[in-house]
Parts: sequence; C-alpha cells; structure tokens
Amino acid sequence: MMPAPDHWLVVPIVLPMLAAALLLLVERIRPAWQAPVSLAATVALAALAFRLVALADTDRIGVYLLGNWQAPFGIVLVLDRLAALMLSLTAVIALASLAAALRLAGRGPHFHAFFQLQLAGLNGAFLTGDVFNLFVFFEVLLIASYALLLHHAAGRTLRVGLHYVVINLIGASLFLIAASLLYGVAGTLNFADLAIKLPALPDWDAGLARAAALLLLVVFGIKAALLPLGFWLPATYGATSGPVAALFAIMTKVGIYAIVRVSFTVFGGSDSWLAGWGQPALFALGLLTIAFGAMGALATKRLIALVSYLVLISSGTLIAASTLGQAALGGALYYLVHTTLAVASLFLIAHAIADQRGPRTDRFGSGPQLVQPTLLGLLFLIGAIAAAGLPPLSGFVGKVLMLQGSGQAPFAAWFWAGVLGSGLLATFALARAGGSVFWKTQGEAVGLPMPIGDRTALAVLAIAGLFWIAGAGSAARYTSATAQQLAQPRVYANAVLGYAPVPPEAASAP
Amino acid sequence: MTEWFYASAIGVFTACGVWLVMRARTFDVVLGLAIFSYAVNMFIFVMGRLSYGAPAILSPGAPATLAHYADPLPQALVLTAIVISFAMTALVLALALKGRFVNGGDACDAEDETIVEELPR
Amino acid sequence: MILMALVLLPYVAAILCATLPDTARNATAWLAGLTSLAGCALLGVAAPAVFGGEILRVSVPWFANVSFGFRMDGLAWAFALVICGIGALVVLYARYYLSADDPPARFFAYLLAFMGAMLGVVLADNLILLVVFWELTSLSSFLLIGFWTHRSDARQGARMALTVTGMGGLCLLGGVVLLGHIAGSYSLDIVLGAGELVRADPLYPVVLVLILLGAFTKSAQFPFHFWLPHAMAAPTPVSAYLHSATMVKAGVFLLARLYPTLGGSELWFYVVSGTGLVTMTFGAAVAIFQQDLKGLLAYSTISHLGLITFLFGLDSPLAVVAGLFHILNHAVFKASLFMAAGIIDHETGSRDMRQLNGLWQFMPITGTLAMVASGAMAGVPLLNGFLSKEMFFSETIDLDAHRLLEVIVPIVATIAAALAVAYSVRFIHDVFFNGQPVGLTKTPHEPPRWLRVPVEVLVVLCIAVGIVPNWTVGPVLAVMVNGTLGMRPEYSLALWHGFNAPLLMSVIALVAGATFYFGMQRYINLHSVTRLPVSGKHAFDAVMGGLETLARKLVAWLPSASLPRHVVWIVVSAFAAMAWPLYHLGFGAAPLPMPSANAPPQLSGALLWLLGVVAALSATINYRRRLTALVLLGAAGLAVSLMFVLFSAPDLALTQLLVEVATIALMMIVLHYLPQTSPVEPGGGRKWRDAAIAGAAGVGMAWVAHAILTRSFASISPFYLAKALPDGGGTNVVNVILVDFRGFDTMGEITVLGAAGLLVYAMLAGFHVQRDHHDADIADDWNPLLVRTVTQVVLPLAALVAVFLFLRGHNLPGGGFIAGLVLACAILVLRIGGGGRPILDPAHLPYQPWIAGGLLVAALTGLGSMVLGYPFLTSAFLHPVLPIVGEVPIASAAFFDLGVFVVVVAATMLATISPGLLPEGIDVEHPS
Repeated sequence: MMPAPDHWLVVPIVLPMLAAALLLLVERIRPAWQAPVSLAATVALAALAFRLVALADTDRIGVYLLGNWQAPFGIVLVLDRLAALMLSLTAVIALASLAAALRLAGRGPHFHAFFQLQLAGLNGAFLTGDVFNLFVFFEVLLIASYALLLHHAAGRTLRVGLHYVVINLIGASLFLIAASLLYGVAGTLNFADLAIKLPALPDWDAGLARAAALLLLVVFGIKAALLPLGFWLPATYGATSGPVAALFAIMTKVGIYAIVRVSFTVFGGSDSWLAGWGQPALFALGLLTIAFGAMGALATKRLIALVSYLVLISSGTLIAASTLGQAALGGALYYLVHTTLAVASLFLIAHAIADQRGPRTDRFGSGPQLVQPTLLGLLFLIGAIAAAGLPPLSGFVGKVLMLQGSGQAPFAAWFWAGVLGSGLLATFALARAGGSVFWKTQGEAVGLPMPIGDRTALAVLAIAGLFWIAGAGSAARYTSATAQQLAQPRVYANAVLGYAPVPPEAASAP
Repeated sequence: MTEWFYASAIGVFTACGVWLVMRARTFDVVLGLAIFSYAVNMFIFVMGRLSYGAPAILSPGAPATLAHYADPLPQALVLTAIVISFAMTALVLALALKGRFVNGGDACDAEDETIVEELPR
Repeated sequence: MILMALVLLPYVAAILCATLPDTARNATAWLAGLTSLAGCALLGVAAPAVFGGEILRVSVPWFANVSFGFRMDGLAWAFALVICGIGALVVLYARYYLSADDPPARFFAYLLAFMGAMLGVVLADNLILLVVFWELTSLSSFLLIGFWTHRSDARQGARMALTVTGMGGLCLLGGVVLLGHIAGSYSLDIVLGAGELVRADPLYPVVLVLILLGAFTKSAQFPFHFWLPHAMAAPTPVSAYLHSATMVKAGVFLLARLYPTLGGSELWFYVVSGTGLVTMTFGAAVAIFQQDLKGLLAYSTISHLGLITFLFGLDSPLAVVAGLFHILNHAVFKASLFMAAGIIDHETGSRDMRQLNGLWQFMPITGTLAMVASGAMAGVPLLNGFLSKEMFFSETIDLDAHRLLEVIVPIVATIAAALAVAYSVRFIHDVFFNGQPVGLTKTPHEPPRWLRVPVEVLVVLCIAVGIVPNWTVGPVLAVMVNGTLGMRPEYSLALWHGFNAPLLMSVIALVAGATFYFGMQRYINLHSVTRLPVSGKHAFDAVMGGLETLARKLVAWLPSASLPRHVVWIVVSAFAAMAWPLYHLGFGAAPLPMPSANAPPQLSGALLWLLGVVAALSATINYRRRLTALVLLGAAGLAVSLMFVLFSAPDLALTQLLVEVATIALMMIVLHYLPQTSPVEPGGGRKWRDAAIAGAAGVGMAWVAHAILTRSFASISPFYLAKALPDGGGTNVVNVILVDFRGFDTMGEITVLGAAGLLVYAMLAGFHVQRDHHDADIADDWNPLLVRTVTQVVLPLAALVAVFLFLRGHNLPGGGFIAGLVLACAILVLRIGGGGRPILDPAHLPYQPWIAGGLLVAALTGLGSMVLGYPFLTSAFLHPVLPIVGEVPIASAAFFDLGVFVVVVAATMLATISPGLLPEGIDVEHPS
C-alpha cells in the first residue's frame, strides 16, 4: 500500500496559476480586490515554501509523479534541499516586490495576473525534474517577465525590452536544440534517467552528448548573464521599475540554479563524464563575468546601472565558486541567497533615491537635497555593505565560506583574487556613488517621501537578511547539506526512478 | 541519402534564420526567428529518426514498436514548441509595431541610430 | 561576560545616540563620555584577573568554524585601556571643539561605533571575527573622516582611506583564512601555539605577505602611508583619536598579536624591519617640510609607526618590549599634540604654519603644553618619549644581523631621530615664536577651560611616565609584554642607565636635529616649500583614474546596447560549445538505426527539399523587400509542414500549417504599418562576416542532424506506444502524450500562449495610431467584396470542422490545439477580410475571461484527480459512441483538452486581432 502522493509539491505551481486566472476575472468584476487576492496568494505561497524547506531538510527527496505516470515516462516534480531553498527565496523576494509594486499595478492591465504567472514559472523551473518541462517553465517565467518589464513601458524601455525578448527567444531555440539532442542520444528527458544513461552511453555518442550538455550550459548562461552572454542585463534591469527590478534579482538566479542543477544532478558534478569540459569553462567564464561586472561598476555613472553590474559580479562569483568543489558550492549557495536579498533591496533603494532626486534621477554628481537623507542614507549604507560583501552582513560570511571551501582547489588563487578584488572595486564604486548622492547636495528637496509599499518591501527583505546573518550557523549548515546532496546524483536518481505510482486500487477519497 | 536531404534542409534554414536574426531591423529579425524556428522544429523532429507512412496512430494488428510507428515523443515536443514560438512571434511583432510608433522606425540596434528613419510621411 | 559588555556597550550607546536630536549637545556628549568611562570601569573590574596572568574568554558559536568569541590577555587589556581612556578625553574635547552647526548626535554615534569596532579588533579571539571588526573600523573611519560632507577634500580623503585600508582588510581576510587553514582553527589560542607549523608551511610567505599588507595599510606604512595625511580633513578630535592613538595602531597591534605565530623568520625580519626603517626615516624627513600643522603631525605619526614596526621586525623579545612601550607613549603625546593643534586651529582659524607665528604671546599655557608634548615626541629626557627612544637605540645597537646592517641601522636610526627632533622643534618654534602671525582672521586667545583639560591630563601623563616609569606605566607594560610574548624578558624601565651608547645617540640626535632645523631656517625659507615632488595621492589617483578609463573603454566596446552584436556573441558561443567536444571526440562510428517499415519516397522528398531550400534562401536574399520575403517565408513553411506529412507526423503538419497561416497573416497586418523595405546596410563587411557565422552554424546543425539520423538509439517512446490505448484511452499517441503523459507541458504551454495574448493586447489596447499614411489604399483594396462574402461562409464551416477535429483528436489527428487553431485562423481570415467586425474585436467580445476560464478548466481537471487520491492531472475515461463522430472518449483528458481549445482560440484572437485593430483607431465610427 503506497502512501498517498504528497500533493504539496505541485501546489507552488498550481496555486499561482489559479490565482492568475482568478485575478483576470477579478480584474473585470471587482478591480479593487486584485491586490488583496494577489497578496493572499503570495503569502500562502511563502508559508508553503517554508513548510517545504522543513520537508526537504530531512534527507528524504520528495517526488511527485504528475498524471501518476512512472518516471521517466511522465513528468516528475522533485523536491530536494536546493529546490526548497530556491522556492522560499523566490517567495520572500515576491512578497517584497509585490508590496512595493502595489502602487504601480494600476498603470497597465493584468499586472497581478502576470506577477502570479511569473511565480508559477519560477517555482515550476525549480521543481521540475524533466529537461523539456524545464524549457516550458522557462518560457512561462520569461513571458511573464516580458509582461512585467514592458508593463506601462514606453520609449527606451520598448527597445530594451525588444533586446531582452529576442535574446531570450534565441536562447529558447538553443534550449530546444540542446534538450532534443539529449533525447536524440540518450532517448530520455528525465533528469534522473539522463543521469543514469548519459555516463553509460557508447563512446560513439560521447561527442554529441557533450555537445548537447555544453549547449545547455550556454542556454542557462544567457539567463545567468554569464559572459559573453549577459550583456543584455544592465540595460534591461536599468530600464524597468524598482519593484520589478527587485523581482528580477531572482531571474539570474534561475540561470544559476539551472546550471548547478544540470551540472550536478544530471551531469554528475566535477568527477563526471563532463569533467574537463563543463567545469573549467564555467570557471573561466565566471571569472570573466566578475571582471566585467567590476569594470562596469567602476565605469558607470548611474546608481541603478551600478547595482545591475553588481548583479553580474555576483553571478560570476556564484558560477565560479560552484565549480570549485562541494565546500565552495555550499558557500556559494549561502551567498546566493544573500546576494539576491541584497541586490533586490539595493534596487528598491536606488529607485527611491532616484525618485527623491527629481530631475537628477540616479545620475552621479551633485543634485538636490533628498527628502529623507537620513533614512535613505542609512538604507543605502546597509545595502552597500551587504552588496559589497563587507562585514558584518551575510555577504562577508558567504565570502568567507567560499574562500574556505575553495582553499585546496587548483586555480583557487584566481578565484580569491576575483572575489576579493571585485569586493574592493565594488566598495570603491559604492562609496563614490554614496558620496556623490548623499554628500554632494545643493538646493532644496524636490521629490516625494518614500512610499509605504517600498518601506514594507525593504522591511521584508531586511528581516530575511537579518535571519540569514543571525542564523548564519544553521543557514550555512543547510546550504552545505544542500551541496552534499547535489554531490550525490545517484541518490537523487534512485529516489526519482524508484518512486512507484499510485496503483488503481490504492486510490481513495481523502 | 534522404538523411542528407533532410539534414541539409535543416542546415539551410538555420543559416538563413541566423543571418536574418543578425540584421538590425525588427521585422527582419522576426523573419529570421521564423525561419530558424522551422529549422529547430525539424531538428527536434529528427531526434526520433525518420519513418515513412507510419504515423503514431495505433492500428490494431501492428505491434506497438518504433519499427511500426514513428516516434511520437518528439512530435509532441515539436507541437509544444510550435505553439510557444507562435506566441513569442506575436509578442515580438506587437513590440515592433508599438516601437515603430513610439521610437519611429523599427531599428533594434540602439547603437547605429543612422538607420532609424523618420515615419514615412 | 565583561568582554561581551565591553564590545557591545559602545554599539548600544551609538544606537541610542543616533536617536537623540541634534540639539541635545550635552546629552550626546555625556552618553559617549560615560560609555568610555564605563569601559574603563569594566577594565578595572577585569584588571585583577588579567594582572594575575589569567586570560579571560567568552565565546558564542556563529557559523561553521567561526565563533563570536572574545579573549582578553594583557595586550588586549592595555589596548582596550588606551581606547577607552583616550576615548573619554576625546569625547570631552570634542564636546567643546565641535561648532554649533555640526550635528553632535551623528558625530558621537559614529565615534562610539568606531570605539566598539576598535575594541572588537583588540579583544577578538577568532581571527575571522577580528577581520570583521577590522573592516568595521575602516567603515566607521570613512564616515568620521567624511564628517564634514560639504568639503570635497573630506569626501576624497574618506574615500581614499576606505579604499586603501579596505584593500588591506581584504588581503588580511585572505591571509587569515589561509592561516586558519594551516593552523586548523581561527581561535587565537591555537593559532598562537601553531607558530612552528605555520612557519614550516609552504604557504607561509603568502600568509605573511597578505597579513602584513593588512597591517601596513592600516598603520600607514610606506608606501601605503599617503591616505593618512589626507585623512587630516577629519575634525581634529577624530585625528586625535583614530590617527594617533587607536586605528592606526591596529596594524602594529596585529603585528604584536601574531608575532608568536608569524615572527621569527628571515622573511619577517627583512620585510617588517625594512618597511619600518624606511617609513620611519621617510616620514620624519617629510614631516619637516609640511606647512599644515596636522600634516606635520600626520607624517610624524607615520614616522613613529615606522619606528614601532621596525622594532617588531627586529624579532627580539626586548625589541618587542620597546615597541609595545612606544605604542603607549606615542598614543599619549601624539593625542595631546593633535588636540593642541586643534586648539590652535579653533582659536586662530588656521592650521597653516605660514600664518601661525608668535602665538606664545596669545596662548602661553597651550604653548607650554605643546612644548612638553613635542619634547616627548622628540625624545627629550624626563619625558616618556625619551625612555622608549632609548630602548629603541639600544636595540639597534644590539642587533645581530649582517655586518653591514649592524653598522648602517644605528646610523639611520640616529638620523631619523634627529629629523624627528627637527620637526618637533619646528612645531614649537615656527608656531609659537618666529615673528608675528600673518593674516589671521581672528585674534588668537586661550581656549575655553574644558577644551584644554584633556591636553593637560595627557601632558601630565607624559611627564609622570617620563620621570617615574616603574610606578606608572611599569605594571601595564609588564602585562602587555606577558600577553604578547607569553614570557617576560629582562628589561629595566629607568631614566638613567649610565653613560652608554644609547644615551650618546640621544644626545647626538637632539643636538643634530636642533642645529639642522635652525641651520635650515637660516639658509632657506621653509615656508616657501609648498608641496613635495612626489606624493602617494597622485599615484592613487592615477591608478584609480586609469582603471576607470579602461573600464569605460571596455564597457563601450562590448555590445551592451547593440542587439545584432550581442546576437553574434551568443551564436558564436553556442557554436563553440558544440564544436569543441565534437572536434575532439568526433561523431563516432555508430550503428545505423533500424530501417523503417516502408520505403522512403525519394522524388516527393527531393521536390519538397527544393521548395523549402529555395524559398528560404530567396527569402533571405530578398529580405529587404519585405512583402516578397514574407510570401517566400510562407512557401518555406508550407514545405516544412509537407515534410511532416511525408515523414508520418500528421498532427505536426496540421499544426504547422495552421500556425503558419496565423503567423503570416499577423506579419502582414504588422507589415502594414512598418516600412515596406529595409534600408541598405552601411558597409558590406558586417554582412559577409555574419554570413560566415551563419553558414558555420548551418553546417554544424546539418552535420549534427545527419549524425543523429544515422545512428540507432534506445528511447522511452515504446512505453507510450504500448500504454496509449490501454492506460491513456486513445490511439493518437501524440495527442495522448500531449494531454496525458506530458499534460503538464501542455498546461505550461497554454499558459504561455494565454499570457502572450494578454500581453499583446495589454501593450496595444488603447494605443491609437493616427492614420498618417496609406489611408486611401486601405479604404479601397483592404477588403474587396468577394473576400468579405466568402469569409462570411467560412466561420460556421470552420467552427464545425473545429468541433469535429476536437472530438476525434484523441484517436486521430486533431485535438484541442488543432481545433482551436482552425477556429482561430478562420476568425482571423474573416477578420482580415473585414467581415464580422466588430463583434469579434476584443473591445466588444472580451477574450481575457475566456483565457482565464480555459486555464481554470484545465487546472481544475487536473485538481479533480487529487480528490480521488491520485496525483495532479491523472486521467480517467470512458468511451460512449456518438453518431457520425463515432466512438468518443469522454476522458477527463478531454476536459483538459477543452481548456486547451478555449485558451488557444481566445489567445490567438487577442494576439492577432489587437494589432489588426490599430488602423481603425479612428475608423470605427464610420465602417466602410
């Protein structure tokens, strides 16, 4: 007698989908109810996400056979520590972003529906255990992100949006090629099944299989804004509104998640059949990305662009660290959460500053006095310390963990130089930015005080960040356990492939 | 032989599509994406290998093996891919349309503004 | 527990302080002052234990192997005493120094935060924790130096200090992590015990250099000294506190702290003592030629820090003793001197020694104090400076190293000391005598009582220590030494050691220094020396500026704004990613796939190939004539769908065809508003480069496709063929996969389609275009009568076909998708034909709820199975037989398919008709 399937695994996807559909109807009938409905759905999602973390933190890997079809034939959802971590991170960012976005939602149709679809797409991408299904959810989250980006867009945003869309369309085509090529050689699409079959392929398929694998990494590299695929990022993030930019802080992480997921769960990590192909390339490109991000941070003359370049730095750091062995990966995952929170809040702060500086917006150089110099100054200071990875905030902890973990790896020195150097340049850039925005002021304040929504959002992010630093002990334990789990693809594979569907007679009304 | 025919067609479509996508005008890019998507769909399709006159529609008698039926899975994938790419194409076209009136012209290369022309009178 | 309180107290106070209003000048000052005194009191409580040789510890776990741990031995205790004691005096001083428009709350909050950080540095047990507080001192000093935010030199100085010390901090972090890796722990007790192990490790040089970089940047050692003079833009209390007594001492503290672990090696000796010697001499020499009072003191500080560093570098217990002793003495006299300089600045409105002359007549008391203090700085007997200088001299003599060094070092030391005397003399002579003041804004006078008290206290200390060291500083120094070395070497603190070499050197230094200064006064005018030929600032600015320009160039070169160039990068990367392994591993010699049942139809295949390839190529070549290209595109698409027919994929063929129709129609509508031709591209080069890249991509794809076609593989598909009918309830396996096996994909897919429709509408809704062109042609040939009449018939027919296809879909080609597309295309054609308007327009017929409804139906179907205890999207079915259509599976999948159908129709309508509506923006009122 099988235990009843754990339906919680599918809810993070279906709930926002239903919410989106519902919101479309509400929008026509009772427009005023959109915000409460959307908020309620998001809060529920967050609660569920945290429950799932608790579920995943046992060593058991949760499996959900959609349509009750035995893996690898049907599509399967898998909940391991990594997936749970990403789910809850998404939920937190979503809460903050939504709180800040409420005041913008009215400016164009269907905002809340698109927002929920975005969440559905993200959660689907994190939960699915099937490469083609991952493609589908990428498309869901992308179309939603287009919508949020182009929401009440005009002028420059349109062109930037077009870039973003076209780049991602090409990415989608490449994804299809890679995924189908994997099927063409291995005859399956399921992560677990691929993990078993790819290493067992006859050597005449070795080349094609690796080609597919590397192409897949390229596709995810576009999402993760890895050099030379990530040039779209600064413009795109710079063109959208604060709340949406804050939400997009999670978008690059989807790419990083996917890279980590396939290179460990599917391709088997550093000691795999892809060894010597994927990891070194990722490491090198990661370092290049760090360099590019640091250079951009130094070059730019706008606050929001600066934050976007910090996103690039963190992407590069995470990718590079993920190739340096289990311990470093654990540190990287800790850092991933930190940097997402930090960047999201910094985007909100930067936009608040821009709003308060009136015509000067976020350009450097002396501008009008801010309406709330003390509040924003304090927030910016905290955000900057976090983003630059300075103590005492969690960025520093993350860096320490990554440095510690990467100690023995070959070429670690390059990584150290990258992490420490980029930290220094980021500090310099942020100090300069802060100096010119807060210290070099003239004339009276012109802008409006910070809206309540943004404050709530920042409060949410701050609480999360506080938890991450105060609970650094247990957090670091969780992430290192995650890394350990990722390092054992066999366990994952067996859990998925060994999971039996509900036999007909077992079905019973709950 | 037939394999070469099919494969080369994919190659030609890919080349044409990619070249067009590298143009600096939205409409040309859309053309390119369309042709490229043909290539991609055909590519996915061949991942199930080729089979003639054996659609994956079960008929009594024939044993349910890949020897007697075309591989249904890639076909299903292609169906999904087609619909999604249609959705995206529609989106890009809408963008082009709006951009044309907001920014004037359908140039999508912010750098060479040289080829952004005025609205035709 | 005391330790925790000691570190946390300042932070708590800082937060309290920040909440106070800026009007509460006294309250904030009292808060800060009492906090410092409380710190002293806590140290007093801890004193018995520490002097008893005990080491206090407290530790709370934080993360991994890093604990929130503190540890107090003699060294830490003494430093903490300096921090709290001088802190108290500085607070008192600052209370009267700050002017009315300086926000005191902010100032004291920063100051307290710094105090906490500094205490953290000296008390930290865990090395990582030490780095944490280390960086916090950098941050808080950034805020303190930049306190006068309106001054650009303050902003620059602050940023420079942050960058230089921040860099040091990062190096330190690296070094510490390595050190912990070698020693096996970050806990000081273990690290201090692991000296042998560390020095033996191959990484020792790296560790040493990284940590020294941290220490040297903090303690302003040459060549990282330059930030300190520029930090003089800070309010004087800050300089008195950070830049004489505390922060700059953090570096030498680190040297003392880690001496047992890192010291005792050739490398240590040469690097540390060498740097110290150079810095000491250089700083002293430069100090003489400063015109700014604080500038002189800054360089003097650099010089003295060099002296201390040098002593630690000498690597002998007694040298360490001397170093520790000088740390204390320097803190005392330099703090008092900064305060004196501040007083002068405060009362005369200038710090420029070219203006400040002959102040003795106006402020004799301050003058006296300054004289005593600078006497200590110069190493005049009976003052504390003299004692540590003596020790220093004797160490230079006892040095046993290379013969040459043994000769040179004492000489250099004497010279440096002489220079120190010179600038000390200048400080006094130039400011208090040497003529009359020049162009001062206000007439100088003695400062208010309380502004002078701190100076007096410190000066008294100078004298007391200088005369009766054993009764004053003796015990403190003793515990300090114990804490540092873990043992207590033989040394005597006394004013008089008899006539010996050190004494001789002192005398020489004093005489030579004085004569040197007055000699210079005679021959050259020191006031004419404006600035030094070289300065670290220029180097710093050059580096940072250069880096910035480089960054700009790089970012400009990379394709951040250009879509085509970005696309090139992506295509090339993708190509490389696939070519790399295939180049190395090849395609292999795989066995052929099993031959298909039927023979391949060669001819029709060839014809299709020709059609497709020619169409695609000519579309590309004629891309500038857009309408033509569009038609050719359609032809290519047709070829593709026919190929699908040929290779037994009817569903694909149908879908491809229908989507084709919709796409082409949509593109036509859009092209209606876009320029009909693409402009000629400037320059052909790019064209051909792109052609090369595209060609390569094409060849690659063809190659891979062929490789796949000619190799066998084992797939999961037989499962679908086997289970479709018995478990899926349908014979059209493709459709069963879509709605059942992989229904979740379909669900996501209709979500995408629906979202796209919504988005297109959202973007274009209410976006009206004024009819600026081809007004006429539209009116005429847009929808000829014939088309309209024909299209009137199409709709019902199409609807019928759609229903038919939908119902049979599960068993024969068809299904929700195809049915939906048929209906949608029919409506679209009709719409273009101009019939049926406007009832079908989104404005009149709301599609959004339909999309929502379709999604809901699909999702709820999925949820239904949960109620029965099965996972999401599990299907159940039965087979009633209807007339005409035949056997119909009423599978739950069919409801799912219904949802698909609805979404497809509605979304396609939204996506295609919304653009079509644009021209009628004005036209709707008078339909043609």
